[in-house]
Amino acid sequence: MKDKGLKEKILHFILNGNFGFTLVSIILGLAVGAIILQITGFNAFEAYKIMIQGVFSRPNYIAWTIVRSTPIIITGLSVAFAFKTGLFNIGAEGQFIIGAITAAAVGYFVKLPAVLHIPLVILAAITAAGFWGAIAGYLKAKFGVHEVISTIMLNWIALYLNNYIVRIEGFRRPLNERSYAIQQSASIVVLEEWKRSEAGRAWLLNHEFWRDVFRTPLNLGIVFAIVLAIIVWFILNKTTLGYELKAVGYNKHAAEYGGINVSKSMLVSMSIAGALAGLAGALHVMGDSKSIASLAAMEGYGFDGIAVALIGGNTPLGVLLGGLLFGGLKYGGSKIQPTLGAPSEVISIVIGTIVFFIAMPKLIKMVMKLTTKNRGAKNVE
Amino acid sequence: MWSSLGFIIGTTLMYSTPLIYTALGGVISENSGVVNIGLEGMMTIGAFVGAAVGFYTGNPWIAFLAAGLASGFLALFHAIAAVSFGADQVVSGIAINFLGPGIALFVSRLFFEGATNTKPIPLENKMPRPLNGLFPQNSFFDMILNQYATVFMAFALVAIVWYLLYKTKLGLRIRAVGEHPRAADTLGVSVYKIRYLCVVLSGVFAGFGGASLSLAVVSNFRPTLISGHGFIALAAMIFGKWKPQGAMWACLLFGVSNGLVVYLGRPGAPFQISQQLLSMIPYVLTLIILTGFVGRASAPAASGTPYEKDER
Repeated sequence: MKDKGLKEKILHFILNGNFGFTLVSIILGLAVGAIILQITGFNAFEAYKIMIQGVFSRPNYIAWTIVRSTPIIITGLSVAFAFKTGLFNIGAEGQFIIGAITAAAVGYFVKLPAVLHIPLVILAAITAAGFWGAIAGYLKAKFGVHEVISTIMLNWIALYLNNYIVRIEGFRRPLNERSYAIQQSASIVVLEEWKRSEAGRAWLLNHEFWRDVFRTPLNLGIVFAIVLAIIVWFILNKTTLGYELKAVGYNKHAAEYGGINVSKSMLVSMSIAGALAGLAGALHVMGDSKSIASLAAMEGYGFDGIAVALIGGNTPLGVLLGGLLFGGLKYGGSKIQPTLGAPSEVISIVIGTIVFFIAMPKLIKMVMKLTTKNRGAKNVE
Repeated sequence: MWSSLGFIIGTTLMYSTPLIYTALGGVISENSGVVNIGLEGMMTIGAFVGAAVGFYTGNPWIAFLAAGLASGFLALFHAIAAVSFGADQVVSGIAINFLGPGIALFVSRLFFEGATNTKPIPLENKMPRPLNGLFPQNSFFDMILNQYATVFMAFALVAIVWYLLYKTKLGLRIRAVGEHPRAADTLGVSVYKIRYLCVVLSGVFAGFGGASLSLAVVSNFRPTLISGHGFIALAAMIFGKWKPQGAMWACLLFGVSNGLVVYLGRPGAPFQISQQLLSMIPYVLTLIILTGFVGRASAPAASGTPYEKDER
């Protein structure tokens, strides 16, 4: 009996909780993607098979998926954190850029042993991007400037700042629109030196699995992402600060009446969100790109983070899973272009559709009610 | 001196145009109480459809209209979610921002041999310049007024939207629905119909905005063409306090800084400033102006809240 109760609880959780909505939305999104592929003359079944194989069939594919998911998991955490405190952080994009610039500069100009260098780079990036986020928080608290508009402006300022800094003599790589690569001591790529060394190559020659894995810039970023998810969960659910921030997000006036300093909360919340997105940028530089490039347009890490936060229902665990799903779809989706000739942009449509349905719990509730009603009727018979 | 001024004004007008259309889209949607953060995605679809139809038909007017229709169609989805299903409007707008570029690039690859850039439209099939040849070439007035037709139409649309919102019965209804939907409903105004109309119109305008880029400012669509214009238009709309004329001035501010960047960045400019730093100015300026000069502006009261008829 007890077992059955648990089972029912799980079923109830899946059907009625946010998780259920999300799951149904994901299925609908994938279905819409399949229909679009089929209509435009591609074999949808084949396309999804290629995507799944493109993520899981080889160790290095899995590693790539993890590497690609890491930044958007962390920007997702940034957006989700701000959402929980009643702020909409469109600025993750710019905060990411600021974190990346700082990491690239501190990673290149400072020379320290890795034990000190890595924490220093991270600390610098968090501080800079936290400050960048705080600007929006300050403008909102002090002048009532809507954070959506201020962060959009700050994104562009960050982009042009990036392009300016990349071009500074001494930082810019000659004949290149890129900065110099960071020092080896600032890298978080797993066993980077060893895998290029004589001994490493000899060992890898006999270990096919690891050889395949280490062909990617697999890095510690994912560990950071998991730890950050736990920290965000802890701050929001187990600390007074988190309680206050959420209270402000839930009802500003009630929170103020209850003695919470609303202005300070907005500032703190945007600083933390900024620091998170900045850390995403820093880890991306330290683990994958190694340098920053001149940007012609937004890269989308922040905007993807918004989608990840929404898919993840703004909970840390959800963001982690949502980020992996998004990263997997993007990485796996890029493979249908060369093999099938099917536009890989179908992934953007799938993601858009998922988010679209997530926006409408009312619709999904209606659909689910219909299906559960039918099931109930069957049980009666 | 005069020619420099003419050059700056001319480029300002050209760069402001796509923003003005799109910001007007934001104005009309938000005045009816629906937040439209999806302007970026709608603009992208408009830019693509404009460029593609322009390339295949050779007629810029058909292309321009098609762009509006396509974007309006995408906006319809936002309307369905936001109006009929009480969706979180910001979330549904974000979805539009993924769908718009996704669909544009997907279809582009189907029609242009796997490329995400559409093929360029020949010069004679671009938007016409109605006042071309009226003034001596490169004279002051030529530089200011010898613009693509889309530029004049944008300013006309500002006047039309202003008239519609503040001088007509429909406009009064739109604003009533945006401020207090329940009261409007009690008086027999269909909140749903008005909101559907406004959201779809906002898509049409955003589509025009995108097409005014791909059919006039440049002559094809590419993935980075819109990159953020929709968001700037959104900011301009908020900056302009949700009013058509206000949004226009805000767009002109972005345009003038853009014009200055082009002017000071060209060879032979009077003095050299880093183009990157110069490009930041409009955004920094906006932040500064928002803190002091404009004061706190507030959105239409019901903006962002879904309306349910049977709610008690």
